[in-house]
Amino acid sequence: MAIQVNGTTIPTDEEGYIEDLNLWSPEVAELMAQEDGQELTEQHWEVINFLREYYDEYQIAPAVRVLTKQIGKRLGPEKGNSKYLYELFPYGPAKQACRYAGLPKPTGCV
Amino acid sequence: MSQDAFDAPPLSQRPEGLEVPSARPGRSAESRSHRAGAEHQEALGFPSDIPDDWQDRALARMEELLARNRSLRVYLDACVHCGACADKCHFYLGTGDPRNMPVGRQDLMRDVYRRHFTPAGRSFPALVRGRELTWDVLEEWFTYFHQCTQCRRCSVFCPYGIDTAEISMAAREILDATGLGQKYTNEIIGKVHKVGNNLGLPKPALEDTVEGLEEDLKDETGHDIRIPVDEVGADVLLITPSADFFAEPHVDGLMGYAKVFHQAGLSWTLSSYASEAANFAMFMGSYEHMKRIAERIRKAALDLEVKRIVVGECGHAWRVAYSFWNTLAGIGQGADADDEYARALQDQLDRRYPVPQHICEMTRDLVERGAIELDPEANAHHGGVTFHDSCNVARASRMGGYAGGQLEIPRQLLRASVPHFHEMADGTTGDATFCCGGGGGLLTDEVMELRVRGAYPRASALGEVMERQGVQKMAAICAICKTQFAKVLPYYGIPRETVISLHELVGNAVRLDRTEA
Repeated sequence: MAIQVNGTTIPTDEEGYIEDLNLWSPEVAELMAQEDGQELTEQHWEVINFLREYYDEYQIAPAVRVLTKQIGKRLGPEKGNSKYLYELFPYGPAKQACRYAGLPKPTGCV
Repeated sequence: MSQDAFDAPPLSQRPEGLEVPSARPGRSAESRSHRAGAEHQEALGFPSDIPDDWQDRALARMEELLARNRSLRVYLDACVHCGACADKCHFYLGTGDPRNMPVGRQDLMRDVYRRHFTPAGRSFPALVRGRELTWDVLEEWFTYFHQCTQCRRCSVFCPYGIDTAEISMAAREILDATGLGQKYTNEIIGKVHKVGNNLGLPKPALEDTVEGLEEDLKDETGHDIRIPVDEVGADVLLITPSADFFAEPHVDGLMGYAKVFHQAGLSWTLSSYASEAANFAMFMGSYEHMKRIAERIRKAALDLEVKRIVVGECGHAWRVAYSFWNTLAGIGQGADADDEYARALQDQLDRRYPVPQHICEMTRDLVERGAIELDPEANAHHGGVTFHDSCNVARASRMGGYAGGQLEIPRQLLRASVPHFHEMADGTTGDATFCCGGGGGLLTDEVMELRVRGAYPRASALGEVMERQGVQKMAAICAICKTQFAKVLPYYGIPRETVISLHELVGNAVRLDRTEA
């Protein structure tokens, strides 16, 4: 499987996660969101950017608590909770946001 | 992926006597797990592609398993097709696919067994309903043996005690040997071998995560409650599912354990090397991989010089720990004379405590001897609470050293932690508990419709007790159950937040007023 972005073919796995993190660009996230019928706002981008920063440092997506706390700091304390994150990413902040951010899918009992 | 192409069935008002659906062959044939790719097969020593001699390999593996596990042969021989199991599987009740009747699932292997491994079947297959192991049959195995959560509810009702879980584990072993592995399970086992947990969470990320949780605990309670990692010389090594670090509502349970340890004044630690309680190798029946995963825990216990090993809230992990750790890795009693590491560990561990011990057992004992005190009013805001028995705990283990302790001890803790506890309907709890629908390696999104349908009996019982008793929370002691319910309950109109960690409730109730000595 693959997606087409600006004339480039980017391979994805069966679940739509891109296989090579280096091929990610903001357009990838835009396209994935579009396919899900969703529009990416500034708030979505705060989440996506933080996921990528965290992944750069730790080679893993942040735990939900780490993410909510950081979003609380960036967007205001009333938004630092998973209820807000589910509003942004209804399919689940861990999986849907990671996919848009070009990160591998979190595995295990999550 | 944002739009699901299916609807959940309407909840039943009579969860104690669910209506049996009429058979709809092929109803769930499309719910197929992803196949493991070459990378995930090779990491476990399985063929990366389908070998030309796949049939020989499958039959050879089956022959080995029949010789090694006498129970498997008994299960394949003993069934008289009485029908007692037919309406006992949550997947049959939720899908109506006759291959999800336990006997229908077992027959996938039984028919092949008769054809290839009985004298009558070898000569006159048609007379004994023998079935040649063709590629199509193997594909059918892949589909339907990955529609079994290995919950063993059917075996409770089988007059011969036939255990479908064991047949499904054997089938998956055979599939792995022919190159037909399942992606979800095999990828995860590879991560445990490499990094130490299902998530692939490396030590720096684990440390960063628990540091954040310690800050949260401080903000919430005003106490310096620690979550130590790799502390040599701690008394207790806590082995817990990595979902406890990562996901909700799991993480609130981890913070609950930390409060209990803190208030009881116990020294404890996590291990970054063995940062996973789950042992997914059980799902595919692989003794070799189960052993490798269990040996990580033994090594961590030796390196950290702990006196006790306690297991966090994880259903099948407790089955593996309680029933298999001793023979897999010598975590228990009675090591062979030449098993150096097992002997060293057994000398090191404090025999006054069970090895291993479940976190619920540990906390209950602390309450009993007054080392911690629980105030149920701290959970009054949750309203009524009910309890979901996880299948592997309820039907494949014990706690407290007596039969039924695994059912009673979590309830004792819950009753002491909440003001209003209510049971779900008879026939849906205890050793007849209904699976969450996500166990046994099925907690993967490509089989979401199956997962939702499989949760139908439990969701019905939960919906009924919510209506009858005003219950607002369902406590669980398994990472898979928690994730599965948080995902699928909303399909039934039940809020995601309804499922909660037992130790979150315990943690809320612990009186944190110990004065430092």
